Amino acid sequence: MNATLQSLIHAVEEADSSTKMLEAVQNLAAARLEGAVPTLIAVLGYNNPGAAVAAVDGLVQIGEPAVSALLEQLDRHNYSARAWAIRALAGIGDPRGLITLLGAATADFALSVRRAAAKGLGTMKWHWFPNDELLEIAQEEALEALLFVAQQDEEWVVRYSAVVGLQSLAVAISDTHLDWLLQIQTQFEQMANNDNSWAVRGRVFLAQQQLQAIDREPQPVDDQPSPLSAIDWHLIMEKLYDRRNQERLVFPEGDPRRYRELAVAIAQNPSDS
Amino acid sequence: MENKYDIQDDNQLTVEQAIANLQGEDLGLRVYAAWWLGRFRVDAQEAIDVLIAALEDEEDRTEVGGYPLRRNAARALGKLGNRRAVAPLIRALECSDFYVREAAAQSLEMLGDLSCIPILIELLKDNVPGTLPAPEPPQLAQPYDAILETLGTLGATDTIPDICPFLDHFIPRIQYSAARAMYLLTADPETANHYGDRLVQELSNDNLQLRRTVLADLGAIGYLPAAEAIAQTLAENSLKLIALKGLLEKQLQQTTPPDLSSGAIKVMTLMDELL
Repeated sequence: MNATLQSLIHAVEEADSSTKMLEAVQNLAAARLEGAVPTLIAVLGYNNPGAAVAAVDGLVQIGEPAVSALLEQLDRHNYSARAWAIRALAGIGDPRGLITLLGAATADFALSVRRAAAKGLGTMKWHWFPNDELLEIAQEEALEALLFVAQQDEEWVVRYSAVVGLQSLAVAISDTHLDWLLQIQTQFEQMANNDNSWAVRGRVFLAQQQLQAIDREPQPVDDQPSPLSAIDWHLIMEKLYDRRNQERLVFPEGDPRRYRELAVAIAQNPSDS
Repeated sequence: MENKYDIQDDNQLTVEQAIANLQGEDLGLRVYAAWWLGRFRVDAQEAIDVLIAALEDEEDRTEVGGYPLRRNAARALGKLGNRRAVAPLIRALECSDFYVREAAAQSLEMLGDLSCIPILIELLKDNVPGTLPAPEPPQLAQPYDAILETLGTLGATDTIPDICPFLDHFIPRIQYSAARAMYLLTADPETANHYGDRLVQELSNDNLQLRRTVLADLGAIGYLPAAEAIAQTLAENSLKLIALKGLLEKQLQQTTPPDLSSGAIKVMTLMDELL
């Protein structure tokens, strides 16, 4: 561990006020060092929203090397830390977080988590997927989740986020799935006319404009190779199939929002950001 | 699972039931029913009638003499958008309870009826007999912020001389409300922006609660030059997004859909980053 990293971590550990904590976390995050990951993740559980925002930003910048530690964080019981970890996963776009984001976008009770997950579903690192079959299943799940959120979420900002997610997804699939592109465009048409929030409608207009512009210009290609192992992909695939099977079982009974409403009522006042 | 059924019962409180509860014996259910009718925007004639009647309730009192049911009824009537509530809400501005007056002023802002302006000015000057100050420190005589904001929204330009002194009020929140009103009431754009910029400066205030307040003020006036400062201020993304939504909606009003102004695109670009 180099001296800078050590002193930055030390500053976080020693911070004795929320302002000092925020400053120390911002400094640690700005260094963008992989060795900062455990400390940044620990900050997510400190119940200090300012510092948590800075830690999430730092984790997103560090990216893929933070993912496995974030996924471990999800197994723990601190809800607010969990919510921050989901936000970080959404920002990173690593496919190992896909299943978590699908669930979070459609059923989490905190709107800040739903909106982060919805955006993240659009900006998944699709080019990492090792084969077309898995890619197709993953993108179809993302499409269905985003359409669900766009149509059903009662919070304007989550629907806004779903529009952003659908726009990114539309770009990603425009060459391979004209039928999905058409579904997204139909959804946009409907929202442009009917969404009860003008801000959401405005974002739809922008998405429509930008998708048209994309037709005319070739997109930059990100061809960085995937750092994921065969085991990672196997796990992702297994969970995706699980999810599909579960949907078949549960779907007739109703939508995931039932669980969300229940959760809202139990946790009357979730801390939100 | 029992819990689940309780919740559904809550959600399924019917309009009839809420109206009945509002006139029932249980004071807790009355206050809840008043809130519920506003929350679910039940604008049936009968709901308006019972809420207006509740503005004169005498039974539900706090230890210090407040009127919880009147407060909730006043808040609900603002959300229901029925002009019949205007005159009763104006009467509520003379209520002894500070929080009833605050709720009434906010609801009159939402209803947008100019007939409340004269009494609002009298309140601003603390000339209304029988009105008691807020029960807790700093024991303000009147809900000045709500009054100032309403005067601004209603376009009461004649009240500018009465508003100006509040730009220096000792409570920052009230200064902001005055600046917000002055921004809306000042005809000359350059002078108006001076008030907008004054609010933008407060985004660097050391106090988080004040930064949150000023975010709400900037969103309410839709002040476009504040966009980047809003995105960068240290506060929750949720609040920044709500403020930027205010800016965006103002921009959307200035073009014909689906055309977007460059301001609208800029605001949305900032919003996308905060999701």
